[in-house]
Amino acid sequence: MAHQTAQRSLAGDVPGGGDRRQGLAFVVPALLLVTVFLILPALWTLYLGLTDYRLTGVQAAHPKVVGTANYTHALGDKDFRDALGRTLLFVLGSAIIGQNVLGFLLAWTLRSARRWARALVETLVLLAWILPGVVVAWLWIAFLKDQGGTLNAILHTPGRDWWFDHPMGSLIVFNVWRGTAFSMMLFTAALSSVPPSQLESARLAGASGWQQLRDVVLPGIRGHILTNTLLISLWTFNDFTPYLITKGEPHGASAVLPVYIYLTALPGERLGFASAISLIMLVINLLLALAYIRILRRRA
Amino acid sequence: MSPVQVVRRIGFYVFVALVTAFFALPMLWLVTAPFTRNPTLSVSWPDFTLGNFKHLTDDPNALPSLYNSAVLSLWTMLITVAAAALAAYALSRVRVPGRDGILYLLLLLSSVITGTSAMVPIFQLMFKLHLLDKDIGVILVMTGGLLPAAIFILKDFMDTMPKSYEESARVFGANSFQVLGHVVLPNVRPGLATIAVWAMVNVWGNFLMPFLLYRTPEKQPAAVTLNNFYTEGGQPNLALISTFSLLYSIPVVIMFLFVSRRYGFRFHGGIKA
Repeated sequence: MAHQTAQRSLAGDVPGGGDRRQGLAFVVPALLLVTVFLILPALWTLYLGLTDYRLTGVQAAHPKVVGTANYTHALGDKDFRDALGRTLLFVLGSAIIGQNVLGFLLAWTLRSARRWARALVETLVLLAWILPGVVVAWLWIAFLKDQGGTLNAILHTPGRDWWFDHPMGSLIVFNVWRGTAFSMMLFTAALSSVPPSQLESARLAGASGWQQLRDVVLPGIRGHILTNTLLISLWTFNDFTPYLITKGEPHGASAVLPVYIYLTALPGERLGFASAISLIMLVINLLLALAYIRILRRRA
Repeated sequence: MSPVQVVRRIGFYVFVALVTAFFALPMLWLVTAPFTRNPTLSVSWPDFTLGNFKHLTDDPNALPSLYNSAVLSLWTMLITVAAAALAAYALSRVRVPGRDGILYLLLLLSSVITGTSAMVPIFQLMFKLHLLDKDIGVILVMTGGLLPAAIFILKDFMDTMPKSYEESARVFGANSFQVLGHVVLPNVRPGLATIAVWAMVNVWGNFLMPFLLYRTPEKQPAAVTLNNFYTEGGQPNLALISTFSLLYSIPVVIMFLFVSRRYGFRFHGGIKA
């Protein structure tokens, strides 16, 4: 019924099949933009990854199809595997563990906090999330650098360059700072959906705070935890901000995959090889996104 | 209060203090350095000088790059909102076979094909289309990436709107464009504002696309220019970097406050808004 009225309403004074044609016309601009500037590049990655395309030289003018050579090369390449390993460490440490746990702790403790404490913490956490990436990159360079870095002033460890000594550890701490806001907000919304009556009956049955959390709250928001984990993993996996802070230094020790792709493709001029790596990245993205959609479907 | 409660209270305040310190300390530099004469990377009590802002106005690329960012953000926002509104309306009101499937597929693609994973072919594509170093190139690429989520959010808003509104407009002989412009869009204003601000904040903060696609320093937006301030000795010019960072961050904070004040926070399938 609803659909019939809907069809009629857009059909207007054109009786019969005019609605669908007009509907199509409305969709065309968006579809065209998405196809050319989003889908086409992804398909192009597929093709480029099969060639020996380079930015300059003979291969720039006449790229040769080299088949799956780039892929086998990439999978056997130590630099690539190291970058992939670092990226997994980055995602695991900063998103799956860091943002998830801190975000939940914040949502859980601030629930019953005084208004001013809640407003103060939430504002700061959100601010870290909304500031532009280039700006937070400079803030964290200033925070952890050797010459006058704020952390050294606090810890009385002058001259210590955290970005040089512990590039991945620093990146993980940085990304927890940067992205926790999303987890905090999602878990705050999730916690408000747990019925207070369930918590109340658990309390009356003598459950401690920890038991309430484990037996009532966590099972109740399992779907949210999964959703959150997948989304923040996807975003962290694709984050380019590490480039803005370290440029992959020292000697590639902080080159996560996005940085590695950039360094290979443009300064390194090996576009074909970089495309092969991009495609591997696209596939991982796809798997994460498909898992996310599965969860959404099941919940709906 | 029982001892347990006292310990809990103390634990709570320690946690709040630690979290506050963790999140606030890295931001201190952004509020002290711009007002300090010859700032270093360290946080110190500022001299409350406005000299750095004066230097910034003397730099040939600084203020123009903020203007470039505004142009990019506005155009991307306008095209995104217009194309998304048309598409969302049609998808919300006309039964296209497999409509929801298409919508989910687009959303899937837009979260899978990220700037980082597609930077090589995007660079290639813009090179072939002769759109490198042109505003329109960056605008179109950004629009393509933002559209699926924008359509998704807007369709959500349109689905909740009663169809009787449009039908009464039809009775008075309005055509589809008039219905859209005079009835539908005014009713989904919060949705339009959400995606407008979301698109602008996204473009304003995006570094990778302009970094890849522009060659001429004069055309670059603020996100790229911020990393191009050097002293004569070749060191990063921290006075300009910190001051410019502050100026560049203010619009984002204002837009954010505007949305959260006016419309509150809403979750749209995990889209950063």
